[in-house]
Amino acid sequence: MKHPLANIILAPLIGAVVLGLFGKRMSERVIGWIACSTVGASAILSFYLFLQHREALELGQKFHEHLFTWINVGNFRADFSLLLDSLSAIYIMFVTFVAFWIHVFATGYMRGDKGYWRFFTYLNLFMFSMLTLVLADNFLLMFVGWEGVGLCSYLLIGFWFEKNANNDAAKKAFVVNRIGDFGFAIGLMLLFLKSGSIFYFSDSARGIRGAFDWAIEQPGDPLTWSAIFAGGITTIAVLMFVGATGKSAQIPLFVWLPDAMAGPTPVSALIHAATMVTAGVYMVSRASSIYVKAPSAMMIMAIIGAATALFAATIGLAQWDIKKVLAYSTISQLGYMFLACGVGAFSAGIFHVFTHAFFKALLFLGAGSVIIGLHHEQDMRRMGGLKKFMPVTFATMFVGWLAISGVPLLSGFFSKDEILYRSFIAEGLPDPWPKALWFIGAITALLTAVYMTRLMVLTFWGKERFSEGHGDTASHDAHGDDTHHAGPPRESPRPMVIPLVALAVGAAFAGYLGVAEGLSGGKIPNYFERFLEPSLASATLAREAANAPVTHFKAEAVLAEEFPEPSTAAGHGTEILLTVISSIIALAGIGIGWFWFNRKPLWEPPRLLEGKYFVDEAYDAAVIQPIKLGSKNVLWRIVDVHIIDAAVNGAGYLTSQLGSALRRLQSGLERSYVAFVVLGALLIIGYFAMK
Amino acid sequence: MVPLSWYLGLSALLFTIGAMGVFIKRNAITIFLCIELMLNAANLTLVSLSSFFGDVDGQLFVFIVMTVAAAEAAVGLAIIISIFRNRESLNVDEVDTLKL
Amino acid sequence: MEKVLFIVFAAIAVASALNILLQRNPLQGALSLIATLASLSAIYVTLHAQFLAAIQIVVYAGAIMVLFVFVIMLLNVPKDQPQIEKQKWLRYLAIPFAGLLMAEMFYVIRSVKPITLPAMPADGAGDAVGTVSSIGKALFTDYLLPFEVTSVLILMAVVGAMVLARREGD
Repeated sequence: MKHPLANIILAPLIGAVVLGLFGKRMSERVIGWIACSTVGASAILSFYLFLQHREALELGQKFHEHLFTWINVGNFRADFSLLLDSLSAIYIMFVTFVAFWIHVFATGYMRGDKGYWRFFTYLNLFMFSMLTLVLADNFLLMFVGWEGVGLCSYLLIGFWFEKNANNDAAKKAFVVNRIGDFGFAIGLMLLFLKSGSIFYFSDSARGIRGAFDWAIEQPGDPLTWSAIFAGGITTIAVLMFVGATGKSAQIPLFVWLPDAMAGPTPVSALIHAATMVTAGVYMVSRASSIYVKAPSAMMIMAIIGAATALFAATIGLAQWDIKKVLAYSTISQLGYMFLACGVGAFSAGIFHVFTHAFFKALLFLGAGSVIIGLHHEQDMRRMGGLKKFMPVTFATMFVGWLAISGVPLLSGFFSKDEILYRSFIAEGLPDPWPKALWFIGAITALLTAVYMTRLMVLTFWGKERFSEGHGDTASHDAHGDDTHHAGPPRESPRPMVIPLVALAVGAAFAGYLGVAEGLSGGKIPNYFERFLEPSLASATLAREAANAPVTHFKAEAVLAEEFPEPSTAAGHGTEILLTVISSIIALAGIGIGWFWFNRKPLWEPPRLLEGKYFVDEAYDAAVIQPIKLGSKNVLWRIVDVHIIDAAVNGAGYLTSQLGSALRRLQSGLERSYVAFVVLGALLIIGYFAMK
Repeated sequence: MVPLSWYLGLSALLFTIGAMGVFIKRNAITIFLCIELMLNAANLTLVSLSSFFGDVDGQLFVFIVMTVAAAEAAVGLAIIISIFRNRESLNVDEVDTLKL
Repeated sequence: MEKVLFIVFAAIAVASALNILLQRNPLQGALSLIATLASLSAIYVTLHAQFLAAIQIVVYAGAIMVLFVFVIMLLNVPKDQPQIEKQKWLRYLAIPFAGLLMAEMFYVIRSVKPITLPAMPADGAGDAVGTVSSIGKALFTDYLLPFEVTSVLILMAVVGAMVLARREGD
């Protein structure tokens, strides 16, 4: 096939168009088939490309597909062209894989909803945007995908639009994202200004130079505060990171993600756990060449990542809504990813994205299964003892629970541990920071285990509290058809259960792709890290200008790349020690959580935590109310009414006054007309006389 | 010998009188008469210049002007008659229905 | 000698012109205009423009003014109607405008070179300017088109006058 990458993107787009135009008249079965098959086709194609080009990608070859030249003005050029290298190959594989299973789950979850066709239209549209974001080969096209996923997020959060709270949540997501996007856009403009290009890599066939090649040639910025504002590469990096904090819910722009749980659970799983929120991490990793030259930006990223991780974990401990716990857990895990990128371990960050996609999607879908099983109940205070009613859900969530807690041998263990190790030995940061960041990460890991155990205990073990009345409507999943039939909870139907199993397998075993080398004494290579090596800059190795040349799909010569040396024996020792510590922390956390919450499941958390540190309220008071007040009193009352309206009305008034005055000229009396004629004649004669 | 400027001065004087007449008088026919006076003043200028410079074109032009003046007088008077029929008055100031 | 003639006829012309302004009755205004036209005709003669002088009397004084007088008689305005005047302030503009107009014109006239009239060839022979033959020649050769167009113009005027002046139902 001539344009495989384009087909990967276009399959879901076609699905979205077909469902959008004709879906209203189709049956649920047909809609489900169309939606899942488009994503499935993309998945199969992604895996096929990976298998076909694996060696080439590993050596750093990049495959371009040029669809059309979009903008070519002066020396600014942006194309609709796609790039397959090791980073994007990994991403499209797990994104399409996880998305496929979530689509299948959603066919069961959304059954009976009157917006069934609309849901899958948006979901496919989202896939199109996400794949465009990942496969783009220049920042502008990535930004198109970035905006597209933001749009689809808005559409899907506010899917049950009859309820106003959902619309508010959708708007909040969009607006907060926009703030981040503003920073991102300025960063891109600055990047273009400095480097002359917004393409990632150079392509001699099209005569373009890549921004990363420019970045590689720059001397590194110093690690100072002033570098951030100097307008150089650090400023670019920081601005782009602002966009990442918006899209990936870090401090200070994380506030939209918990509210986004108002959307249907498959949406939360796909967009707000596995894919869209990781776009920020993708962008930072993609631009790693820029970040390694901006140590101040990386330090900020690491600190914010660690702080967000701890902060969100403490809030997650205090939430009652099962989806909110998972939302804060997502924010916390995203913090880990940024911590990794901040200390220069980009491949560890991507690895955590990879494993997190599996277990977080699994956990969300499991929560969805529980919610449906209990007839749209989301408050954990009214769950309990579900272990025997929903065994498959329980088993799969069990796996997810262990994975996220970092229990050894499951996927989360390997990825989280890698991050902690890398931050401990980080070289780019001044001295107390690496150890301090490790410590924060370790505490967060402990808390993660505790709150996830709390979630599992409250939901699956203990006393059955679900028949104690459905009083509180605020916690209900606002489904279209809220069927309140009595009866014990049952296991979910097969379309919902099979994806759970598939994702559980991934959550269990995906970690083995990236076993840190230290753990095996250097014998088992870290396949994941090796594969990603050509696409990510390394903070420690100074990369020189010779990247692999870009080729198109009819490939030519491939330039061999060097691999980093495997870690030393002393490094192995530290790594094994830290790994042991992490395992102890994970098991300790589970133990604490088990005993604590089995004894007192309905333990009241402190109000500060339960109220999420009142961040939303603070933002409201500090930012939103002043804006509202300012808009109403200054901008509306003064500027709009008195200045703009006055100008417009004044112009009209002036014109009518002028008209009234001029009206007197046409009096109908010929004598005055003659007077004007004579006057004119006088003037003309006078003019010629004076000459 | 009468210098040219005298003739031109006379013409200017007559023209001014005619212009003022159009301006001041309210009777439609009197206004018309003053218009004719202005035309004659112009004719005088043309003839005097033509004579002094030996060019027959000026006098030819006067010939045409007279013809046109005749035609114009005929039509103008016809208009005045029809206005008079409607209003019973020759006062120009009463014909002001075109005012805004 | 010629100067005297000029001054006499000029005086008559100006006086009659002023009289038009001073008279209330349009009929008397018309008669004053005839006097002006006649004196102008005399001045044309002093300018060696015999043909035009004759035409002036025949066409202007003889035809146009007669038309005027006929119309005045036809219209028969009763005299005791109050004269409505709107925009009285225009009256006060007259003298300033007149003064300005005269001033400008005299300013222009002062730049005219003192030229004297070329002598008239004896016995009205040949092609001196102003004779019938010279005008006739120019009219029917160089200016034939305006001549023909003028005749069409007169036709239009006749038709127009007839249409405008007829009563309803004629």
